[in-house]
Amino acid sequence: MTDHAYNFAYLDEQTKRMIRRALLKALAMPGYQVPFASREMPMPYGWGTGGVQVTAACLTPDDRLKVIDQGADDTTNAVSIRRFFQRTAGVAVTEATVEATLIQTRHRIPEQPLSEGQILVYQVPIPEPLRFLEPRETETRKMHELEEYGLMHVKLYEDIARHGEIATSYAYPVKVEGRYVMDPSPIPKFDNPKLAGNPAIQLFGAGREARIHALPPYCDVVSLDFEDHPFVASKADACCDLCGSGTSYLDEVITDDRGSRMFVCSDTDYCTSRRAEGQRGRLSPEGRA
Amino acid sequence: MSALLTGGFADPAVQSAHAFRALLEAMARPGRIFPVSGATPPAPLSVAAGVALLVLTDSTTPVHLAGAADCAAVRGWIAFHTGAPLVAAEAAHFALGTWAALAPAARFRRGEPAYPDRSATLIVEVGHLANAGARLTGPGIATDIRLSLPETAAFQANRGLYPLGFDTILTCGDRLAALPRSTRVEDI
Repeated sequence: MTDHAYNFAYLDEQTKRMIRRALLKALAMPGYQVPFASREMPMPYGWGTGGVQVTAACLTPDDRLKVIDQGADDTTNAVSIRRFFQRTAGVAVTEATVEATLIQTRHRIPEQPLSEGQILVYQVPIPEPLRFLEPRETETRKMHELEEYGLMHVKLYEDIARHGEIATSYAYPVKVEGRYVMDPSPIPKFDNPKLAGNPAIQLFGAGREARIHALPPYCDVVSLDFEDHPFVASKADACCDLCGSGTSYLDEVITDDRGSRMFVCSDTDYCTSRRAEGQRGRLSPEGRA
Repeated sequence: MSALLTGGFADPAVQSAHAFRALLEAMARPGRIFPVSGATPPAPLSVAAGVALLVLTDSTTPVHLAGAADCAAVRGWIAFHTGAPLVAAEAAHFALGTWAALAPAARFRRGEPAYPDRSATLIVEVGHLANAGARLTGPGIATDIRLSLPETAAFQANRGLYPLGFDTILTCGDRLAALPRSTRVEDI
């Protein structure tokens, strides 16, 4: 039931207009971080305030909303954001990726390929890919202005010098349309290839940092790498112990204090629908042992 | 007088949400044409131009009216429904008019190298809008798409300034399409 004490989707109309203008500019300059007047939301920073504001500005009553946290529909962050929009916007919700028109995500891209008509909204903690290399906003802004991204390659090179490979495994930097280096939010680098050429619209909201960036559909997104150390979309070298998938991104779960562990799909909807089709993994109750 | 007070959204939160989704899809998929509804602005504004103004402008966004759009009825309608200040072309966040009235487009804000988002959005009223004519490629377009543009040279020059430049919303009746600065335009 919609809570009529609030405007549709919580935010007032002037705030939505401000966010909507920022979203259109962000789409016109893929990868560029548009400053916006981020509002206080009824949840703490770090819990998706940027994503929630972008979702609120995009939602219509006809939408079917899915919210995931590290791929899962049933964790605290996902459940509370989903209920927030059920209450303030009265929208339908779903856990099925294919049924959703708008998906708010924390740090994963669903395994099921997205299609036209879908919008993926990312929650972003630190939108500035250069921030841990250069703490001053005045300097990073100038580096984007001058396309001065050598420092990022130095960072990846130092990874190789220390670890023998590019050890960055999440929030892996990408170059968008040959111009802006962008932080794709802390998604695993396994998901990076899905950023490019995606038929869906991808919007990124950082509430505390007050930045919005975006990737239009069919966008050119290249993960930074070197000729002799090419980008690899890595995952745990195992299969899901519940559904048996060998291609999905896996979470490692410690199951006792004697070192036993299992791997499960991080995308709960993908894993559940595979099990519903009868796929079985190593630890499935009625599975092959 | 009463004509100034009517023609806005009857249910602003929901109608502007639907209209914004059309604008969002249009800007994300340059060249595709989307229908919009809900606004009935005074002549000579089209429904789509009125919708774009209602969704995007308010007292914080200076608007420039060019040519025939700069008339008492439109000024009054914008003042009542959006409260947007009316300004000269060089200061405008949004500009509205026919392509001939808006020309030369190079006078509009193109943003600054550090802040290319501080640029104008042109709402261009066109006589016909169809997927024919100039060939568009770039972000948001799978392979290519055709769109009837009032001219191509100005949009090519605008693309040459990337990431600076203006963004364009083409309006015709109750339909609109967008042409962000990132789109490459070719004459065919």
